[in-house]
Amino acid sequence: METLREIRRRIASITKISQVTDAMRMVATAKLRRAQQAIEANRPYANRFNRILTQLVSVLEDESAISHPLLETRSLQKVCVVAVSADRGLCGSFNANTIRTTSQRIQHYQQQKVEVDLICVGRRVADFFRRRETNVMAEYINIFNQLGFETATALSSQISEMYSSAKVDLVEIIYNDFRSAILQVVQTEQLLPLDEISAESLAEPTEPTTVLEYLYEPTQGEILQQILPKHLNAQMWKVLLDSNAAEHAARMTAMENATQNAKDLIEEMVLQRNRARQTMITKEVAEIVSGAEASG
Amino acid sequence: MADKAFLLEIRTPERLIFDDEVTSVRAPGNQGNFQVLAGHIPFLTVLEPGIIIVRSENTDRSMATSGGLFEVLPGGTTALLDTAEWSDEIDLKRVESARERAINRLASRDEGIDISRAEAALRRALVRLKIASR
Repeated sequence: METLREIRRRIASITKISQVTDAMRMVATAKLRRAQQAIEANRPYANRFNRILTQLVSVLEDESAISHPLLETRSLQKVCVVAVSADRGLCGSFNANTIRTTSQRIQHYQQQKVEVDLICVGRRVADFFRRRETNVMAEYINIFNQLGFETATALSSQISEMYSSAKVDLVEIIYNDFRSAILQVVQTEQLLPLDEISAESLAEPTEPTTVLEYLYEPTQGEILQQILPKHLNAQMWKVLLDSNAAEHAARMTAMENATQNAKDLIEEMVLQRNRARQTMITKEVAEIVSGAEASG
Repeated sequence: MADKAFLLEIRTPERLIFDDEVTSVRAPGNQGNFQVLAGHIPFLTVLEPGIIIVRSENTDRSMATSGGLFEVLPGGTTALLDTAEWSDEIDLKRVESARERAINRLASRDEGIDISRAEAALRRALVRLKIASR
């Protein structure tokens, strides 16, 4: 049986811990709200961008005429995997999920004798894979604190450079998709080669713009050439925004659970403390009584 | 004579920059600078790094952009830019240091330097310097 003093000390320390986790929960909540606002701010841009892209593809008479280094498909010899996690821990299984899925993916390719290059986004994946026998091509660390579109541009220009120079034949990205504040799902998506851009693959069909007189400058084909890299940027940006929101959501949930667990623990320990105090008092009374009897 | 006004919306992936009525907008297309007035025919083009000048009733505002898309529809005109900064938002010190960085990188001619990226960075820095010093 623990002594009364020990129990009291543990109650005090658990209370302190629960204060810290509760503060972290509040910070995560505030950051999640900001991350969601960033997602909202991107939506109109993305919708319009997709509409323009869809429209361009649909007006191009001869789709086979579209040729672009980012559309070219090759036989698989080398793959680049982009793994997106967080810079910090204490967010439940968020980082572990990315790492697990990435490891599986790497194994899957190695079994097929396909070489894998890894690009790590976030300190957690980078730390994990750096110590292992994986070829880490690049690390993007501390980008989520001040998440900016330049990061997405930098990332996508790096992978398009690798892809167009045929250093890799496929680029995949693994990240936590933000479904809601309580649900985040690890996603594996192919970035390059760009999937065949058909009108159906771009969701959210908007009002068809049936304008007869529509001027393209220079030509539709050339605009499309220049839009494709921007399309990749936009996809990358969406992934980063999603992962960022998912991280804060995961941390919020984790910290909420931690605070709850601490509360449960404290409740239990208070009972223990009361019991210990009761036994001590009983013992003291018994001693006094027996002492009085002896002297009486 | 008051020019006719039309709706202009300028967006980046990060934020809405401008959404209001204007009488004219000038932008750097990849075939050269162009100007759009009310009643322009539907039109789509790609923008280069450069300066966009937005004119409304009685004010002129200019912004630096690193490129984007520009679309004119009967319902309104939209610019989807990669980055954009109003002239009064530009931090001269940052631009100056970005310019030097780009020049140094180009001058070093090391292996593994992405020359086209450094050049693009230099071009963006120059545009911003130009607009901020007007």
